[in-house]
Amino acid sequence: MGDLLDALAVALKAGLGFQAIFFALLAIGINVQFGYAGLLNFGQIAFALVGGFGIAISVSKWGLNFWVGVVIGLAAAVVLALLLGLPTLRLRADYLAIATIATAEGLRLLFRSVSATPVTNGTRGLSAFNGDFIALAPWATNERYRILGTSWSGGELWVALVGWALVILSCLLVWALMRSPWGRVLKSIREDEDAVRSLGKNVYVYKMQALVLGGILGALGGMVYAVGTGSAVPDQYQNANTFLAYAALILGGAARVLGPVVGSIVLLFILQFADTGLRLLIDNGVIPEGLLSSTDVAQIRFVLVGIGLMLLLVFRPQGIFGDRREVMLDAR
Amino acid sequence: MLLRLLLVLVATTGLAVLVPGVASAEGEQVLGTLQTSRSGPIEGVEVTVTTAAGEEVDSVESDEDGRWSVDLPGPGDYVVTIDEDGLPEGVKLAGTDNRTVTVAEGRREPVIIGLEDGSRGGGGGTVRAVQLLVDGIRFGLLIAMAAVGLSLIFGTTGLTNFAHGELVTIGAIVAWYVNVQGGVPLIPATLIAMVAGAAVGALNELGLWRPLRRRGTGLIAALVVSIGLSLLLRYLIQIVYGGRSSPYQVATGRAVDYGLFTLTNRALISIVVSVVVLVLVAVMLQRTKIGKAMRAVADNRDLAASSGIDVNRVILVVWMMGGALAALGGVLLGLSDQVQWDMGFRLLLLMFAGVTLGGLGTAYGALVGSLIVGIFVQMSTLVIPNDVKYVGGLLLLIVILVIRPQGILGSRVRIG
Repeated sequence: MGDLLDALAVALKAGLGFQAIFFALLAIGINVQFGYAGLLNFGQIAFALVGGFGIAISVSKWGLNFWVGVVIGLAAAVVLALLLGLPTLRLRADYLAIATIATAEGLRLLFRSVSATPVTNGTRGLSAFNGDFIALAPWATNERYRILGTSWSGGELWVALVGWALVILSCLLVWALMRSPWGRVLKSIREDEDAVRSLGKNVYVYKMQALVLGGILGALGGMVYAVGTGSAVPDQYQNANTFLAYAALILGGAARVLGPVVGSIVLLFILQFADTGLRLLIDNGVIPEGLLSSTDVAQIRFVLVGIGLMLLLVFRPQGIFGDRREVMLDAR
Repeated sequence: MLLRLLLVLVATTGLAVLVPGVASAEGEQVLGTLQTSRSGPIEGVEVTVTTAAGEEVDSVESDEDGRWSVDLPGPGDYVVTIDEDGLPEGVKLAGTDNRTVTVAEGRREPVIIGLEDGSRGGGGGTVRAVQLLVDGIRFGLLIAMAAVGLSLIFGTTGLTNFAHGELVTIGAIVAWYVNVQGGVPLIPATLIAMVAGAAVGALNELGLWRPLRRRGTGLIAALVVSIGLSLLLRYLIQIVYGGRSSPYQVATGRAVDYGLFTLTNRALISIVVSVVVLVLVAVMLQRTKIGKAMRAVADNRDLAASSGIDVNRVILVVWMMGGALAALGGVLLGLSDQVQWDMGFRLLLLMFAGVTLGGLGTAYGALVGSLIVGIFVQMSTLVIPNDVKYVGGLLLLIVILVIRPQGILGSRVRIG
């Protein structure tokens, strides 16, 4: 019983900690692109990568101020979105999907390569760049605080607080944008691109704006993650994380302002609970070591996400809050 | 890489125990193997070991397998020197002739002395380019084989199958288990893997995609489902197989010199197998009834159905063929690199590059495009480092999308 409560507490912390914020911001970005505009960005993790490394490289390698690093990271995300959008946004949806996933994987390989080591430290990555930010916390960062049975360090709490503030601001922004004329055009592009074009709207520009906005949100997510872990390692930005964010978005409900946020909290809670629970069962010998060892448990989360994505898409594409009519997308 | 013929000696403790005559005493030891990939093991080279102070400990000659070992009086620093004059014609030292090693207590310390057989960079840039071209053709044919299925599945069902890379991995891993764990030679193991690949392909179609088509699931939804399937399979494979990379159990031949380039026998076999299989696929598409039906369905599904073609049967055959070809591609990839849990996913992105370059949905386009991507990726190492060569392939993909999104053999209507 005590074990179960511990597992719940660990899961609750994961559902509220910086990982959940990371996926929530990624998913809010994907929501703008995929949920509202119908763009299949399969390389959201690339935006997180340039965001996280924007800070890490600026502070650790170039010795710049933390906030300059934030600006550089966001600027890099905008450039990346423009570069990706220029060739692919005129084409059918799956071309954007292929180009973005290829870019995400290519960037990760580039950042971890030997030739990039002078800048990114290769596979070992960069660390010790979040000091300026943690120092801003209004409470002692080296003490631990207990909230609802979970234990947080002061630094973690500060990152989580600022992160959730960012999530709330992003949600407000998305909410305001989507009830503006701009948002209505975006939604109609998703439903019928040709109809929008015949009304004289420049579809290409709207799509590009959605891609850039989503990319900036993704970069913010990457920054929260980098600051939260205190390190930026290229292999943290595996493309599977993009699909974890997709799973969160679809679970919560695409094309809903709060869908990605609720989805991330619930998904991270479930994944961490499964993770801790499985480890407990293995340690207690309920699951024999031969069947599943505790080192394999880390992979289980992606297996669960894979199954979850398939089941959701097939049986409940609208997720928890979504509207089924809004998510019946099809390639043109 | 074939080119890096600078091969050296890493003798593990396990190997040393196997060698008769080599002392397997309790004490400290330095050991190694002298060989390069072109010359093979080098026999009869004198290796001298001295203490850091310059006192000679012992001097031995490498045996017929190129192996040598010297027992040491105790832990400490030792200098291992090899006699350069004893090296055969064409083999040179890559660096200095000696190496200082620190041997801990009770350790058998492997010593690496770099040797070069002159083929690296030998003969200047053109030869290196030819070598890379040949290697690129091998790689491109391999991509093509895996990508034909991807392109035909797209053509016949409209599905962009992100789980196709996992068919490649499954083929390679089934062959690995049959070959290494089961002790079956690689050729029958490959055939078993291809049958397994076809079965997985059929299972994909019958268990997932046909029911989804019947439900009327949209193409974008299907695409995300394929991503889910890809994640599920990829990480299941990692749980079962582990994160290691290991080779097949086949004789490691040394590279054969063909004048302008060198090629190992396994690379040659890989090229021949790919060409034969791809020609067979082309003949099948062109001449047989089912092949014509495939092209008809890919061209216009409704028209094909109304002219009496059983579309579902054609799609099933496409899936089985795609699965078997992907499995074969996986085995060949495992042969040239090694078997790894995410090998298929990494190849998938190059397959997409090839298929897009050739024109999504066309069988021959996949072939031409993949060949170009393979050659481009290998040739790009002339100017960029080896570990970012895949990035070059992915960049090529983006450039294609800017210049000619419909691909070389594609038609403009397909891109929407």
